[in-house]
Amino acid sequence: MNSLIVATLLLILIGFAYQVGWSRSRQVAPAGGRLHSRPNYHGARVAIWALVPALLILGLWAFFSDAASRAFVMAQLPSDVRAMGGSELAQALSRIEQIATGFGVVGEPAPYESAAGQALREFRNLAFALVVAAAAGTGALGLYLARRRIAPRLRARDEVERVVRYLLIACSVVAILTTIGIVASLLTEALRFFTFVSPIDFFFGTVWNPRFSTVGAGTGEYGLLPLLWGTVMIASIAMLVSLPIGLMTAVYLTQYARPNIRNAVKPVVEVLAGIPTIVYGFFALVTVGPFLAGIGDLVGLDIRATSALTAGIVMGIMIIPFISSLSDDIIRQVPRAMRDGSLGLGATQSETIRRVILPAALPGIVGAFLLAVSRAIGETMIVVLAAGNSPYLRLNPGEPVSTVTVTIVNQLTGDTDFASPQSLVAFALGLTLFLMTLILNVVALFIVRRYREQYE
Amino acid sequence: MAEILSQTQTASDAPGDTLKTIRSGLTRRHARERRFRAYGIAAICAALGAVLILFSMILAKGIPAFTQASLTLDVFFDPAVIEVDPRPEPQPGQSPADYQKARLDWERQVTLVNWNRILEAAIRQAAPDMEVDTRQALSIVETSERFVLRDRFVENPALLGQTVKVDLLASANVDNWLKGNIDRSLPDSQQQLSAPARALADRLLENGTIRFAFATQIFTNVDSRSAPASAGLAGAFMGSLYMMLVVIVLAVPLGVGSAVYLEEFAPKNRFTDLIEVNINNLAAVPSIVFGLLGAAVFINYFRLPLSAPLVGGLVLTLMTLPTIIIATRSALRAVPPSLRQAALGLGASRMQTVFHHVLPVTYPGILTATIIGVAQALGETAPLLLIGMNAFVAAVPATPLDQSTALPVQIYLWQGNENRNFFEARTSAAIIVLLGLMITLNALAIYLRTRLERRT
Repeated sequence: MNSLIVATLLLILIGFAYQVGWSRSRQVAPAGGRLHSRPNYHGARVAIWALVPALLILGLWAFFSDAASRAFVMAQLPSDVRAMGGSELAQALSRIEQIATGFGVVGEPAPYESAAGQALREFRNLAFALVVAAAAGTGALGLYLARRRIAPRLRARDEVERVVRYLLIACSVVAILTTIGIVASLLTEALRFFTFVSPIDFFFGTVWNPRFSTVGAGTGEYGLLPLLWGTVMIASIAMLVSLPIGLMTAVYLTQYARPNIRNAVKPVVEVLAGIPTIVYGFFALVTVGPFLAGIGDLVGLDIRATSALTAGIVMGIMIIPFISSLSDDIIRQVPRAMRDGSLGLGATQSETIRRVILPAALPGIVGAFLLAVSRAIGETMIVVLAAGNSPYLRLNPGEPVSTVTVTIVNQLTGDTDFASPQSLVAFALGLTLFLMTLILNVVALFIVRRYREQYE
Repeated sequence: MAEILSQTQTASDAPGDTLKTIRSGLTRRHARERRFRAYGIAAICAALGAVLILFSMILAKGIPAFTQASLTLDVFFDPAVIEVDPRPEPQPGQSPADYQKARLDWERQVTLVNWNRILEAAIRQAAPDMEVDTRQALSIVETSERFVLRDRFVENPALLGQTVKVDLLASANVDNWLKGNIDRSLPDSQQQLSAPARALADRLLENGTIRFAFATQIFTNVDSRSAPASAGLAGAFMGSLYMMLVVIVLAVPLGVGSAVYLEEFAPKNRFTDLIEVNINNLAAVPSIVFGLLGAAVFINYFRLPLSAPLVGGLVLTLMTLPTIIIATRSALRAVPPSLRQAALGLGASRMQTVFHHVLPVTYPGILTATIIGVAQALGETAPLLLIGMNAFVAAVPATPLDQSTALPVQIYLWQGNENRNFFEARTSAAIIVLLGLMITLNALAIYLRTRLERRT
């Protein structure tokens, strides 16, 4: 309710200030002469001058109001109630709060409660009125000062544009802040983790067994290698599936297919890119896993329903459109002259593709490949559902494994106790994952960019 | 081509042989060409097959879940069983707190009524000749349905002593049994329902008491663990909706502002290079790392509530931001420079050029990028698990600060439910809803893009 009033008042203030600036600038415009800026810029300038101080005051109040009203209630309470402390004090405070809002409490309120509730309500109303008045006052002051400076030569447009420019810069900085936030949070929490477990044990340990946090701090073993091995194995299987299929799809669609077939097939393949990963996970768990296990039974291999193979194959399917559309772009960038030259010398189409086009496109394809690998190792939901979550070093892809991302989810899901190594290890794992994908991305982007420059 | 050259060289001394060698080589080369082409077609078939299998699996499993067994029973609100005081009404002069207490006391009385007896009587009446005990009779109806009776009574106490036709949900086990999801030949020990209850279910289906109706509760109910047949997506849907609102409100202005600054205003220096590299990298950071950021910064540092759509929305905003920035930048880059030169030449400032002339041309591109970014955020699961959105929440969130889950997280929760037989179908149904939403969004993007591009 209050925020609605404040928002309405602010809107009125902005509208009024804009109107004042606009009409004032028309007044001061010399007859026949011209203003430097058009009246709407004068209006916007005055509105900004009025809005900023008002917002500043309201923001300060929003920040401090809870502390202020709590301090006020505490001062109202008799000393014996104040001395109670803990949950009883909290209960008394919430009862007073209910009286103040007019909801009332069950039964007769104690005299001090109704007095304090009454006082709190008056205090709030007064404080609200004061703050609104102060905001309106400073707004009006800003408006007045801004209005006074309006003159035909005033560069109102430049001022407004400078403010807009700062806003745009602030928008760009958000992306930087995100990166800083990621690096800072991962680093600080990972460093806290390394006070429990030495980095050498973490990065080179071969046993993953964190135990439960209730057993006591510092127990358990945190070896990264089994998780890393699972990640690498699943990503390799995924690339083995997606690279040939994705690349051949791109080659066929760019070199052989008629345009109408290409226009029909390409979007359908790209549908695979838009499907949420949780759906792939479910698909792996319900269809692919049992199917592979059945095939394994037929040929006498022991393949589990949830295994590195299941997760890897489904992840490969997920990555097909990624590889195919990136390679598609890259193959189409190979200059036509190279292709025509090879065909003109009598090479067949497949020879041209294998010996001319693909070698020319190789750097770009390598870049696409690295980007795809970075996606594969960061993929979470498919492996959470279908990889079996068993963090042991195993060579057989038919056995369940665990990965870095699965373990992050397991260690941190819904957990806010950031003091035990069991949950902090998620950040050390996250840092590892972030660095791995960062290196892959930087290298891949570098290669792709170099490749583009080569043919542009 | 090396082959061709070597073949022609060796055959150069005997012109008659040359043709023969080339002919024989040609057959081989053409065979290879055909094989290569076949690989391409096979790759495309594999990709298309994956799409086909995925969708047909989900549709086959999910569509049956949209109909569900429900009973229409004549329920007698027996005054001998329902012995409660009349419902309290707000008295003049009574504080809201007192009325609420009286009302809650009354509702507690109503809840303590043995509603199962009323249900049991109604079921027995529907099939009077069947020999079943109380447990068997009650196993026909979902456990949540006695609360449906209670809620109807609370709403309208005048029902006391009347007989009313009520639509109730059959239990998940009955639904499975009647749909044939359970092997009917299994022995009793492996069946969820006892033999008399199974016979009763068959009888009720025969005499029309049980019908298969469209399962509206998938859309209107919230999640439920004790009553799987009544579990629905309403809470998850609202949670996702709030998150998407947060994403749109924050990511679009920030992303467009950032893109405009970087593309149109930023000087080429180290700082802007850094932002650029940084944005490209952020686009490829695994989503789970954003979840870690959310857990460390929003939850642990800013103490925002766990499981709140607001926090989920913030995390997804940071994740979507690079997508929108990159797409907007490429849209801005595609605007012909002549447009800028014309505006600048007529005396517009750079800010006016951008906001009045360049940006409006890019609206279709920005819109498409926004919708695609939102669709991507809608399907994201992993980061939400880390900020506690996988909590079991049996309520529709009223504000973005309430506890809630999201559609993909609900899929994750349901696929892990112990009642596999029932929830595999329910999960697929949820996936159909999610994919339906995403396809609608993407179709909207394509439609708007073609429409807007035609106009400009």
